[in-house]
Amino acid sequence: MTTTKAPAAIAASGLVKSFGAVRAVDGLDLWVPSGGVFALLGPNGAGKTTTIRIFATLAKPDAGSARVLGHDVTKEPHAVRSGICLTGQFASVDPSLTGTENLVLYGRLLGLPRRPARTRAGELLEVFGLADAAGRPVRTYSGGMRRRLDVAASLVVPPALLFLDEPTNGLDPHSRLQVWDAVRWLVTQGTTVLLTTQYLDEADQLADGIAVIDGGRVIAEGTPAELKASMGGQRLFITLAEATDAPAAAAALRPFSRTPVIPNDLSRLIELPVTAAGGLATEVVRALDAAGVRVNDIAVRSASLDDVFLSLTGHEAAEDDDKQEEPV
Amino acid sequence: MTATIARWTLTTHDRADIQRARIVRNSLTMAWRATLRIRREPEQAFDAIAIPVLFTLLFTYLFGGALSGSPRAYLRFLLPGTLVLTVLLITVTAGLSLNADRAQGTLDRFRSMPIWPPAVIVGGLLGDMGRYVLATGLVLGMGLLMGYRPAGGPGGVALAVALLLVFAFSVSWIWTALGLALRSAQAVTVLSFTVQLPLTFASNVFVSPATLPGWLRAFVDVNPVSHLVTAERSLMAGTATAGQAGWVLVASAALIAVFGPLTMYRYRASGLASLA
Repeated sequence: MTTTKAPAAIAASGLVKSFGAVRAVDGLDLWVPSGGVFALLGPNGAGKTTTIRIFATLAKPDAGSARVLGHDVTKEPHAVRSGICLTGQFASVDPSLTGTENLVLYGRLLGLPRRPARTRAGELLEVFGLADAAGRPVRTYSGGMRRRLDVAASLVVPPALLFLDEPTNGLDPHSRLQVWDAVRWLVTQGTTVLLTTQYLDEADQLADGIAVIDGGRVIAEGTPAELKASMGGQRLFITLAEATDAPAAAAALRPFSRTPVIPNDLSRLIELPVTAAGGLATEVVRALDAAGVRVNDIAVRSASLDDVFLSLTGHEAAEDDDKQEEPV
Repeated sequence: MTATIARWTLTTHDRADIQRARIVRNSLTMAWRATLRIRREPEQAFDAIAIPVLFTLLFTYLFGGALSGSPRAYLRFLLPGTLVLTVLLITVTAGLSLNADRAQGTLDRFRSMPIWPPAVIVGGLLGDMGRYVLATGLVLGMGLLMGYRPAGGPGGVALAVALLLVFAFSVSWIWTALGLALRSAQAVTVLSFTVQLPLTFASNVFVSPATLPGWLRAFVDVNPVSHLVTAERSLMAGTATAGQAGWVLVASAALIAVFGPLTMYRYRASGLASLA
């Protein structure tokens, strides 16, 4: 292919960052194109936050290099900061200031004169449904309101590259949609968004590209469609009437899945990863019936992040045991 | 919603054009933030009100009779010292608020912004000046009510206050460094107390060093707080020498030279991760 690549918003290679004995980031390579939304998908403790902190010039990598918007994060941090904005996991707005004052503060820091900063704050509060609470101290806000204000603070002057660390964590569905809307709008204005998430559906809804991260490195990369296809898409859960039928059922189900079907000895439940479940359930029941296996129940479920991890890494998504990376 | 956002007045391109005169502007914006916090939560200024009132009353009437025969006579000696003690005690807040900013993640956001990095600290300290001025006014006002008459006149008092503010600003950098180096606000409070107690009380604030045993006197004589108190006394009495004020200014510069870079080093390394 000789098509010209869009300039990279982020180009990182061999990034390493350790905290004591824990290698939070362990040889991470990443290429994020300019424009659109890119998601870092992974469980707690996978190294997402540390990676974003390196890109946002908040942490220095122990090894490897990263260029953000064309500038080296360790050698030209100020040039990087001029084009980025970070919304961290913890609402960084000042609880003793009002919503308006918080937004005016960030506008002023980014160089807006007083009046435009106030106008801008008003616009954003309106858009994020906080106009009624504009004059109240943030202390009195709910968690969702604080989070929305926090995202709004990143948009006072739209950055070329916005980092959103778990932007919808702990939000109610309505606030979640509002944040998603804002992200989509930003992209139409030319902002590149890098977000981290634990939710497959969030990456699916928003992202043009996804990098799956586990153990501090990228273990899979692609568009949402590509990843879902490789992850086994959906699952059929089949409950047998008799546990003794399990071997026969496993044999009958083999043609439906690329991965081997392993019946659970302790129950009569069989989990069958399939690329698309539509219409398949009937065929499965028919095949089992033909094999003389009686079925009590059959259910379809989409691949969860746990399934994704199981299929990608062969182990369950790790528990968050390195608190260095995501303090409480 | 999208229709509403489309009316926004700014785009990505405006960003590059508005990065000028950062140093002064950023610091003033941060100072504005500090004063807003005090206005929104006046209890934050409680120490700047309670400590001056309590100290002036307590020390004057508690020690006045015993040490100088009468409270009024003692006041002339004590008031400049009370002033120094009061203001120095409330400088610790600088470290506490910075510690809170880090815990909340606010520092992370500031650190990822294209602002002049020391503005976060300098601005906060400038905002704190309001508290120092408040405390100074209270001590002086109460002193006047209790019969204190500075021989140096308004000019001498103004110079004394100015010198005190310079020193308070410089001392604050100790607490900003501590506030960023220590994990919790409690740790900052405890450590600052153990630093402040000997510095303020083992000085010439309450008694003349001539009455002290040799070893303690040696400490009191080199204690920067003693030099500050001496300068304050003579400025207010109208007998100050350039050397006295100069010594305080040099000490102030030295404090900033040591704790300024230390604070900024801790600021740059102040990621939440470094706390674990």
